[in-house]
Amino acid sequence: MAKKKGEGYLSAKESRRIAKENRKITDKLEKQHKRKNVPEEEYRTKMHDFNNSLEIDNLHTYFFSDVGVVKAVDGVSFNVPLGKTVGVVGESGCGKSVTSLSIMQLLQRPQGQIVEGEIRLNLGKKAYDIPKVPIEAMQKLRGNHISMIFQEPMTSLNPVFRIGEQIEEVIALHDGEGKTEADMKARTLELLEMVGIANSEGVYSMFPHELSGGMRQRVMIAIALACNPKVIIADEPTTALDVTIQAQILDLLRSLKDRINSSIVLITHDLGVIAEMADFVVVMYAGRVVEKGTAEEIFENPAHPYTIGLMASKPVVGKKVDKLYSIPGKVPNPINMPNYCYFKDRCEMAIEPCSGEYPCFVKLSDTHEVSCYRHYKDNGGEE
Amino acid sequence: MENKDYILQVKNLKKYFPIKGGMFNRVTNHVKAVDGVTFNLERGTTMGLVGESGCGKTTTGRTILRLSGDKTDGAVLFNGKEVYDMSSKEMRDLRTEMQIIFQDPFSSLQPRMPIGEIIGEAVREHNIVPKEKYEEYIDEVMANCGLQPFHKDRYPHEFSGGQRQRICIARALALNPEFIVCDEPVSALDVSIQAQIINLLKDLQEKYKLTYLFISHDLSVVEHISDTVGVMYLGSLVEYGETDDIFKNPLHPYTQALFSAIPIPDPKAEQNRIVLEGAIPSPANPPSGCKFHTRCAQCMEKCKTEVPIQREIEPGHYVVCHLYENQGTIVEDINAEVDEVVVESTEK
Repeated sequence: MAKKKGEGYLSAKESRRIAKENRKITDKLEKQHKRKNVPEEEYRTKMHDFNNSLEIDNLHTYFFSDVGVVKAVDGVSFNVPLGKTVGVVGESGCGKSVTSLSIMQLLQRPQGQIVEGEIRLNLGKKAYDIPKVPIEAMQKLRGNHISMIFQEPMTSLNPVFRIGEQIEEVIALHDGEGKTEADMKARTLELLEMVGIANSEGVYSMFPHELSGGMRQRVMIAIALACNPKVIIADEPTTALDVTIQAQILDLLRSLKDRINSSIVLITHDLGVIAEMADFVVVMYAGRVVEKGTAEEIFENPAHPYTIGLMASKPVVGKKVDKLYSIPGKVPNPINMPNYCYFKDRCEMAIEPCSGEYPCFVKLSDTHEVSCYRHYKDNGGEE
Repeated sequence: MENKDYILQVKNLKKYFPIKGGMFNRVTNHVKAVDGVTFNLERGTTMGLVGESGCGKTTTGRTILRLSGDKTDGAVLFNGKEVYDMSSKEMRDLRTEMQIIFQDPFSSLQPRMPIGEIIGEAVREHNIVPKEKYEEYIDEVMANCGLQPFHKDRYPHEFSGGQRQRICIARALALNPEFIVCDEPVSALDVSIQAQIINLLKDLQEKYKLTYLFISHDLSVVEHISDTVGVMYLGSLVEYGETDDIFKNPLHPYTQALFSAIPIPDPKAEQNRIVLEGAIPSPANPPSGCKFHTRCAQCMEKCKTEVPIQREIEPGHYVVCHLYENQGTIVEDINAEVDEVVVESTEK
């Protein structure tokens, strides 16, 4: 069967041209990134608000693929206050995980690049702008100040090393000065007990395959907490787990957050988990933030049609409905994003101005912001 | 009870998988994946099967369809006939009557076959429709599942997760089945796509009077779609009854813990959470007595040694737990008539 020149079809020539152009851009960015002995002044910055541990400002992360530029994160801004939990929700492919990888500088290089924007990390007396931090300095930040709990505990532990070694490695790399092996082992056992593993001596010398999913996730959390980071990014920490185990892990995260007083960025697609854990909620759609606010504001008074649809489409125990609401249509192609509101084509409440430019943020309260024309003052919105 | 029209009757179904080891690869032990499951399924209704991963939900579904080799013990009656006593020819015909939708739409579609072929292969094989009407029929089935006719020539990788799950549903539906096992059909999908697929399954059920066995670990989805619910723990049903009864008045401590673990999308909701300690024990060496006693908050001495018996607490609401010893009636055999059929067929 001959290939049809339908939608999304690219000739080899066209693809080569795109690849060549992309390489020019990525090479330039890579060169900038790989410089050695970068003076600290270059990536030092100032926090806008000293009560925030992390400020993300107009972040743009693009992937330069051979079929075009994928704008995975396209202008995301939100703040993570000290000691609070911020939940990021959205469907798969909306840029949640890419945001978290950008914060950690763990993007797949050279295709994935932070093109624009600032991520300001509060280090107490000073602040760093993460996209500008060179590789060596970043290695010192990761683990010590900012760390990550990954989605799949099954695949993110190394299967050929014992649990103890994997935790000790982190301590030795980031916090190992002047510590003997016995010190490190004691710290590892302490960590294992902290995350609720009763048989810490036994688990210390086990391999990952000997543990269940919940136990592995506990080990992942122990690794993330090993050096008392101030910001923890949890990327779907409970998605692969059963409800009963999920409840255990969420309890654990909540109690640990209070104990070590750090901020958590919780990324998930489960609105129930967000409601339970988060103080602030950021709703993302197609690489952009569509709504943000405190958990109460978002759940009691959702303003963006996408947020409303997302909540209506999830069946809730104890609330019987005849037919579930389903958002019509699907997410637009990330290579050819429309120039109007990305949600307009699926939106049932669209009004005339929606065909215009992408809407700006409208403040509904001090903390509650939404990017939707329905809430503009001259369109009969509240503010 | 005799008046009810049961499409499926399962009695004391067991499926053990041998563990081989030692010298000469002897069978050293068995993984008791399904260990005595009994239930009836009425025509045109949906039964939800919930439980943690590893509790034997999927194996139950597959064993009912005779997809995982021979059963170890028990009986599966489909429309009053024992599935495991059928000849291969009878079995072939029966396959059109019962179908399965698999969990992962990304790996259950043959990547080298166009969609029309995936859906139509079995239709042609079983001669469901005459040759000249074949194309028309496939179009109709696809339209029912929300797929366009021009999708026929495309390959699975060109579709999104939700659309692939529609293809899987179309494939199952193309044979005009009466009974479909839905093995976690929405677990791999996003919330908004989940709603589309659940609505589609419900619409199709109304249209074709289908019977579903809906396997899932997502309790909110199960509550939404099922008429009856069975809660499984370590290979056996611990509680079984009408959806409303189970969700409003869960009796078994495991069911209670499972329900309290569901996160509620409301930040002000009160949480009276029963957090279960530890993980599910190995099904190769299940605990003695009540299998749940190692994690149960209300465990008594008796639970450790004695196996509890199934009791009917309310009409149609069964529970297997020592806590309800003095309540309800003991159900020795919720489908005694199954035995008669089995005896008959063995005499033949």
